[in-house]
Amino acid sequence: MSPDPIIRLTDVHRSFGTQEVLRGLSFDVHEGESLVIMGPSGAGKSVILKHVIGLLRPDRGEVLVEGKPVPRLKVRELRELRRDMGYLFQHAALVNWLSVYDNVALPLRETTRRSEAEIRKKVEHTLELVRMGEAREKFPSEISGGMQKRVGLARALVTDPRIILYDEPEAGLDPEMSNSVSRMMLRLRHELNTTSLTVTHSWPCASMVGDRIALFEQGRFLIDAPPAEVLASDIPRVRSFFDVQK
Amino acid sequence: MNPITRIGRVTLRPVVERAGFTVALGLQALMLFHHAGKRRRSLLQEMYTVGVKTLHVVVFVGFFIGMIVALQVGLQLATFSQQESIGLLVAPMMAVEMSPLITAILLAASVGSAMAAELGTMKVQEELTALEVLSVNTVSYLVVPRVLALTIMSPILAVLATWVGTLGGGVIAVTQLGLSFEGYIHNSIESMRVLGETVPLPKYLYDGLLKSTLFGFVIAVIGCASGMTASNGASGVGRTTRTAVRDSIILVIVLDFYLGKVLLG
Repeated sequence: MSPDPIIRLTDVHRSFGTQEVLRGLSFDVHEGESLVIMGPSGAGKSVILKHVIGLLRPDRGEVLVEGKPVPRLKVRELRELRRDMGYLFQHAALVNWLSVYDNVALPLRETTRRSEAEIRKKVEHTLELVRMGEAREKFPSEISGGMQKRVGLARALVTDPRIILYDEPEAGLDPEMSNSVSRMMLRLRHELNTTSLTVTHSWPCASMVGDRIALFEQGRFLIDAPPAEVLASDIPRVRSFFDVQK
Repeated sequence: MNPITRIGRVTLRPVVERAGFTVALGLQALMLFHHAGKRRRSLLQEMYTVGVKTLHVVVFVGFFIGMIVALQVGLQLATFSQQESIGLLVAPMMAVEMSPLITAILLAASVGSAMAAELGTMKVQEELTALEVLSVNTVSYLVVPRVLALTIMSPILAVLATWVGTLGGGVIAVTQLGLSFEGYIHNSIESMRVLGETVPLPKYLYDGLLKSTLFGFVIAVIGCASGMTASNGASGVGRTTRTAVRDSIILVIVLDFYLGKVLLG
């Protein structure tokens, strides 16, 4: 494992009005590693991902991705950095007037100078990777929530990112589909050797894809450890949270 | 914080922020108009939506506005036995004032509101955030085609409204004022030949074109800006749509007055 983390948050504070969501949060994620963040609803887990990708700026503290200070990057530099990152949204967030194929092709058309033939090859390969090749001509409204998630994943992967951020990948899916998405995340990680940061409520998903699992509550991590250590923790709040999950 | 400061902050701050965002978006769109070639597919699609789908409404309303203007002015002129001058008045009034204004109001209600609703829905469903994360320039991708389409189509529709409005005035001239249609049309054409002092082109025509081009730009920018700042789900999108229509109409009317003063002066 490389000594320099690919994602580093140091003493990050962030408030919305009077509500302090992040209270000195610090953690590292190294290259090829998968950190899963769990916690109660409304705790601000997605806020962490939004800081990492530069959608939100901290009130105080440092957010480094690939060694670059995300909040201080200029628009052009941030766009450059984001090309190294993929983001799977909770509800996929596909552009509803574009077909599955065009949704996945969008980042390549907009941010690269590749020819249409190269784009087609890449998009078809990525759609096969998430097993959505058959649905390429369909529109988001014509496919199920699970399929939309997989298309969202293909769109996040098509630019070959080094880092993938998953925001509740199993949200709104039945257990079977949720399991299938988790398996896909695991497979992609092994095939593409990506670093990932996942926010989830689902223990099966977390235990399947996470090298480390963190419990986020009241603005900071109560624990950040491998799954087995988390389950064996004797911190009362950690025990009570994961007992329910189990 | 004292109550007056608090009231000022709560009421004025959102208005100033929204106005600032709208102006900034308009300037960004203007600076990215050269992306039109890259966006030609969506530009043509938007032009089709704006032009073809509102054409029948503009024609219908324009025709009736022409009849209303001719009837009201014609009856006044008839009291001085000057009804034959009606052709000299209806066409310029339609070209300079009524067509740009009515077309703008129709476009604000139909196209501006649709832009606000469309982008507002994208905003609350995180599609805009997704585009930002994908490093897609949302102003170039979403705003430029919409703003450019409305800026191009608004004067075209206004000219069309002027033609049908003048024809509507002709119907009144013949049926209510007892004039010949040929005489009315002859007067209408003559009235439109007046050249401007600074620009040697038909004055009423380019005054109207200038106004309607600006109105189209303003309506589209307000529609897009309102949509892009939507929040709070479906109700937020509804609120943003109403705000877009209201703000567009108010700004168009205020601009119409000041432009009129400048162009007449």
